[in-house]
Amino acid sequence: VSPLPPLPVAIPLVVAALLTAAGPLVRRRLLDAVSTATAVAVAVLCGILLARSAGGLVLHWFGGWTPRRGLAVGIDLAVDPFGAGMALLAAALSAGALVFAWRYFETTGPLFHVLMLVLLAAMAGFSLTGDLFNMFVFFELMGVAAYALTGYRIEARGPLQGSLNFAVTNSLGGFLVLIGIALVYGRTGALNLAQIGEALAGEPADGLVVASLTLLVAGFLVKAAAVPFHFWLADAYTVPPTPVGVIFAGALSEFGLLGLARVYWTAFSGVEGAEAIRSVLLAFGVATAVVGSVMAFAQFHLKRMLAFVTVAHSGLLLIGLGLLETGALAGAAIYLAADGAVKATLFICVGILLHRLRSVDEDELLGRGRRLPYTGAVFLLAGLGLAGLPPFGTALGKTLMEHEAAAAGVGWLTVVFVGTAVVTAGAVLRAGARIFLGLGHEEPGETPAEVAADEEPETRGPRNRTPPVLLVPAIALLAGGLSLGLVPRLAERAEVAAARFRDRPAYAGAVLEGVPEPLPAEAEPFRWDPGALALGVGGAAGAALLALGSLYRDRAPRGIRRATTATLGAGVRAVKRVHSGHVGDYTAWLTLGTAALGGALALVLR
Amino acid sequence: MRYLPYAVAGWLFLVGLYGIVTSRNLIHLVVCLSVVQSSTYVLLLAIGYLEGGSAPVFADVPVGTPAVDPVVQALTLTDVVVGVTVSALLLALAVQEHKRFGTLDPDRLRALRE
Repeated sequence: VSPLPPLPVAIPLVVAALLTAAGPLVRRRLLDAVSTATAVAVAVLCGILLARSAGGLVLHWFGGWTPRRGLAVGIDLAVDPFGAGMALLAAALSAGALVFAWRYFETTGPLFHVLMLVLLAAMAGFSLTGDLFNMFVFFELMGVAAYALTGYRIEARGPLQGSLNFAVTNSLGGFLVLIGIALVYGRTGALNLAQIGEALAGEPADGLVVASLTLLVAGFLVKAAAVPFHFWLADAYTVPPTPVGVIFAGALSEFGLLGLARVYWTAFSGVEGAEAIRSVLLAFGVATAVVGSVMAFAQFHLKRMLAFVTVAHSGLLLIGLGLLETGALAGAAIYLAADGAVKATLFICVGILLHRLRSVDEDELLGRGRRLPYTGAVFLLAGLGLAGLPPFGTALGKTLMEHEAAAAGVGWLTVVFVGTAVVTAGAVLRAGARIFLGLGHEEPGETPAEVAADEEPETRGPRNRTPPVLLVPAIALLAGGLSLGLVPRLAERAEVAAARFRDRPAYAGAVLEGVPEPLPAEAEPFRWDPGALALGVGGAAGAALLALGSLYRDRAPRGIRRATTATLGAGVRAVKRVHSGHVGDYTAWLTLGTAALGGALALVLR
Repeated sequence: MRYLPYAVAGWLFLVGLYGIVTSRNLIHLVVCLSVVQSSTYVLLLAIGYLEGGSAPVFADVPVGTPAVDPVVQALTLTDVVVGVTVSALLLALAVQEHKRFGTLDPDRLRALRE
């Protein structure tokens, strides 16, 4: 029993409570300093946990209630490298966002900082727990803090609607998870993940197992923003204050994927024929990647564009873990971290644009970003990172996933990976080229005024220069995303962690019996092969070409233009129209998606 | 009788969902969300119920006395707390919407779309 695992959850919660109690007595500077220091401390703790967990699960049983005769009577935190890594990512993003908020963001009272710390505690707890019900509690805590932060600028109309749609759909997702938990508890009498896994191992996939798996997967897919559960995300990510958006775009929806992966492998993977779930997850992943890409390219509001980039890349991650293979899971983990850092960087750049130029609309900003060369450089570089340009960590993760897809006989998924990267990065580069390089020209009638008009400035005071504290987190996060591709032996270590993550009996043995996990030997060292490098560079080049092509499409021959409009225009318009902003529609889609998922799982598992 | 609570839970879930999908008033919508949530309370309690079991208080009773499952009751209580938090937040948003824009109709909340 290690005393370390509860600290990343407890410390931010305690600090948040103290800050709330101290209330208006705390000066803004102190508030910034204390909350940033807390986030940094959590990051350090998670780093230590990450290092320790490389040698085996780090366990903590609350109140010393260790399992008796292989039966979990207490509640545990079970830290594996992926959980610790996710918590580390959340803490690093929180620290970056809080630094960014120093100079950026006017707040009254401690509530903003308190909510940020509660969100961090919930994300850490969700990553580290080994108990299914605690996952639900942290899921909900994460949700409530996030809804409140989304609606922080409550005087405007967008945040009200975004927060409402977010809260209703994610609460429904939480209820699905809870009902799934209730059914699985009724079946196994256990809430500990390892214990559930032991109880279900070797069992046939009967109706109750399929129903509970459906509900758990659907609930987590709501959080992960998989199509058709994704509608809330674009609304919620468009409206919060920029520091909050940094965390959202960097990590929030990815926790749904972590929850899905954790529950599948620790609890359900022993069920007879469970791996048949693969085709269903892949189908949802591909649909998510395609819809997200199309919507991202169709946006001119930068925050909304990044929201759909998040949806698209969430689809890629879902494919990566849906392959159910060690290498793909390792690739997904690396991709998640690097992609999160890159998206957070982009979000910060958008915040700087809003600070300096008072707009986040691509069209309005045409050429006006030329005054901001550093922000522009960071933005465009991050755009290339999004495309998976080596040596960004995104390239490494994507390559691992593509390799595994080819090995699993679904090599056509490479098209989805490259296509999604090209289209999403193309959208970002198009916006970057237009804003920071002044390429292209205005698009009459393309600006969705109702979104743009709502974007109120978040800062006051002089705006003729960019304070360094705004740019430093962006550069640090970009460097983080870039250097992940250069860490020696990262791929090998991630594969070891992935092999352990997938090894249900070893996990159960370590949690319930205290048997040390067998540590798999490191695979042969990963080497970039020329094909993968070419694919990465080609993807980035393709994204740049797509961006230029869409900027200068009026120079194309009229026949080509007309053909593109005829073939793509109708489809894009139809997809756009479905995103109605109406919470009732979103709920209907959620119901439909859950029914489809349940039907598909019942077909493949039984 | 054995299946009645499950049927009730299923009914509450679906009727609440229907209410959310068709709602024309934010207060109504928040209440419908609570209805959906109450289905989880019923389901949890039903799963832990034992015919003829006593309350799970183990003082002054012989060992082996049948009792209903206390775990699901603890889960339900936690669930109630979560529900109250979310409802309070959503109602605050609805009040704000009414104050600022004079409407409670989600159809007219159209700042974000496409």
